[in-house]
Amino acid sequence: MKHLQTIDGSDSWLTTKVQSLFEWAAKTARIDGVVNKAVNLSRANSLWPMPFGTACCAIEFMATAASRFDLARFGMERQAFSPRQSDVLICAGRLPFKLAPVIRRIYDQMPQPKWVISMGACASTGGIFDNYAMVQGIDTVVPVDVYVPGCPPRPEGLLYGILMLHKKIKGEDLFDSSLRDEQLLNDKGLRLPPEQIDEVSEPFGNSVHQFRSA
Amino acid sequence: MNSSANALQATFGNAIGRVVDARGETIVYVSPAKVRDVLVWLKQTAGQDYNYLVDVTAVEYRDRERPLEVVWNLRSLSSRQDLRIKVELDPRGELAVPSVVDLWAGANWLEREVYDMFGVTFTGHPDLRRILMWETYAEGYPLRKDFPLRGRFSRSEQVRQALNVNPEGHYSMEELAIADAYDELPRDMRDRLARGERDKIPNSE
Repeated sequence: MKHLQTIDGSDSWLTTKVQSLFEWAAKTARIDGVVNKAVNLSRANSLWPMPFGTACCAIEFMATAASRFDLARFGMERQAFSPRQSDVLICAGRLPFKLAPVIRRIYDQMPQPKWVISMGACASTGGIFDNYAMVQGIDTVVPVDVYVPGCPPRPEGLLYGILMLHKKIKGEDLFDSSLRDEQLLNDKGLRLPPEQIDEVSEPFGNSVHQFRSA
Repeated sequence: MNSSANALQATFGNAIGRVVDARGETIVYVSPAKVRDVLVWLKQTAGQDYNYLVDVTAVEYRDRERPLEVVWNLRSLSSRQDLRIKVELDPRGELAVPSVVDLWAGANWLEREVYDMFGVTFTGHPDLRRILMWETYAEGYPLRKDFPLRGRFSRSEQVRQALNVNPEGHYSMEELAIADAYDELPRDMRDRLARGERDKIPNSE
């Protein structure tokens, strides 16, 4: 039940009450499946996106949010331009190394439960920007739930990704607190082992050799 | 051909190298020692009056024998003329040219950009720091021809160094708007700025 805790880890009176209510419901009435379903359903259908638009994907994201495609149909009524009131971080566009600490801080500031959508080829893999300035996939910086391919993806593509995220949320176990663990950077200042970052950043196709860590 | 080229040759003699007419645009090569005098003269002499500095940039050619060029694009708004001044430097030697921030205030960020990307030092610049890459960027100068496309470090080391940068560390007292509002800033920010605190690169693994 970690997700009901406040950000500094302490329990407020209200969260303690709600928590004990859930636990009572789960234990005594054996309706945890129902509670699970109800909570996940409401979470999935009231996602508040935190747009992190850095490039042309952000234009497609804006089109998705506007009237023709209308994100509000899927419960994303409100764009949260504040990490403190958001559920989904949508990284729309390439992420330069200079912005890596920024998206990391935004992700850390978002309260649980939280999910991340990596929108477009550049956010997912670095795309055409296989150079000194660009993060090769934002999953080397923050954990990602859904990758949306495309350059940029059409609004239909993003909506499909959002619906996939809905599906994922509806399948989550409310009582599995490990899903809600904060995935902080490790003592090396990374979230993945260095070899793994080198591995996923390895150039492909006609690209030439990349330096590897010792 | 821009008439300023002839006037420059008459005034500065053999400090002026070759004069090139490239599809109607005049390029004047100047010796590095005299380039500051030339630019002052072009800005302040009546009849020349190059009061708009369009761009400061640099060029390094794929041919290693060719020198690295620092380029000033000038425009005179009154006489509607463009002039391009170039200085040739040996890329293996010290890369230093005089700053012109006191002549054209707009040169400030342009020179910082050339410094950031090519490593050219502008002597006399009031605040010569990196501008595009973050200040603790340690891989070198990205637009130099000896710089590998993906940088010098491994990807994991690049991610590690990037994540260790404090996002708020980019601001400093030199950012004048902040200095003006100094008294109204939150206390912790004032302390940090007064200490002149910048990001420090954590020890490499």
